[in-house]
Amino acid sequence: MSHFPYGVAAWLFLVGLYGIVTSRNLVHLVISLAVLQSSTYILLLGVGYRTGAVAPIFATIPPSTPAVDPVVQALVLTDIVVEVTVVALILALVVQVHKRHGTIDPDELRKLRD
Amino acid sequence: MNRKTRLALFAAGAAVLAGVFAIAFAGLPPLGNYRGPYGQMVNALVVPERNVTDAVTAVNFDIRGFDTLGEEFILFISVMGAALLLRRQSDESDREHADHADDREVAAPSDAMRAAGMLLTAPTLLFGIYIVLHGQLTPGGGFQGGVILASGALLVYLVGEFGNFRAAVPRAVVHAMEAIGAGVYPAVGLATLAAGGAFLQNILPLGARGSILSGGTIPIINAGVALEVCGGITLVLIVYLEETLEQKEE
Repeated sequence: MSHFPYGVAAWLFLVGLYGIVTSRNLVHLVISLAVLQSSTYILLLGVGYRTGAVAPIFATIPPSTPAVDPVVQALVLTDIVVEVTVVALILALVVQVHKRHGTIDPDELRKLRD
Repeated sequence: MNRKTRLALFAAGAAVLAGVFAIAFAGLPPLGNYRGPYGQMVNALVVPERNVTDAVTAVNFDIRGFDTLGEEFILFISVMGAALLLRRQSDESDREHADHADDREVAAPSDAMRAAGMLLTAPTLLFGIYIVLHGQLTPGGGFQGGVILASGALLVYLVGEFGNFRAAVPRAVVHAMEAIGAGVYPAVGLATLAAGGAFLQNILPLGARGSILSGGTIPIINAGVALEVCGGITLVLIVYLEETLEQKEE
């Protein structure tokens, strides 16, 4: 059980990748990408975890209290906000694809190109 | 490449990946045995050296400040890209919108939703400001607070017509918020250079521990990031709503 979070991260990564590979809809593909990316949050937070440690907030506890790694938490924080806007950007691309070609099925789009 | 080849490729790749994961798992230290030096160093240093009590905010806006500057601009550029892609183009002035059936009116928001939205808007904005201002003291900061503030704008849209939303959240103000917010961060960096420090070096007085103004440059950058994130997310909201709801207005 001690590696469980890493297993969850690996599973999310693979599930997201499977969604991308088998997607029949670009919106579904973008959300699969978001699922894939959320594996990085679990991995980062898992790496920084220390048994018995508290959150790295020293407002009410002495600074010497063992706390988990704040660096990975800061990474996850910006990761999430940036991900939201990147997903918005890709979805805007999907809207444009639909306007130009009338479909958001990746296979249909490939047929259009050939 | 058709579906079958793609799936076969994925299966082969996933099998290899699963094998590599299995080897990696076997060599991992058990969870909770974190041994990285930087996190512990940061935890030991933030309170005595920066007078802030939230180590995560100190990492984001001071110790790793330069990286966060880059991340903030990823956000800025993504929002710009989304706005650019969804702008109204000259060749689509009379395009069809099919977001609702032609023979039906779009349902007005229910009374319950209006009441809940009106009750929640002010507390949401207040909570967002609280989260921003206490970024260096307790969990929170510009990124989180900015998103909460932007969800206040979403509540305004949910309770009313799109016209009200446009009046309550003017696009020019949102653009200005995003631009000023994005400008604050590099401006602080250049100001510290001009004052003789390193880029983004925390040279301001650190203030009293536990006070809203403690942490030197951290609260300033924090406020800038809050403006940028709030403006950016609200702008994304506006461009998407305009994309789907223009016809409702006309």
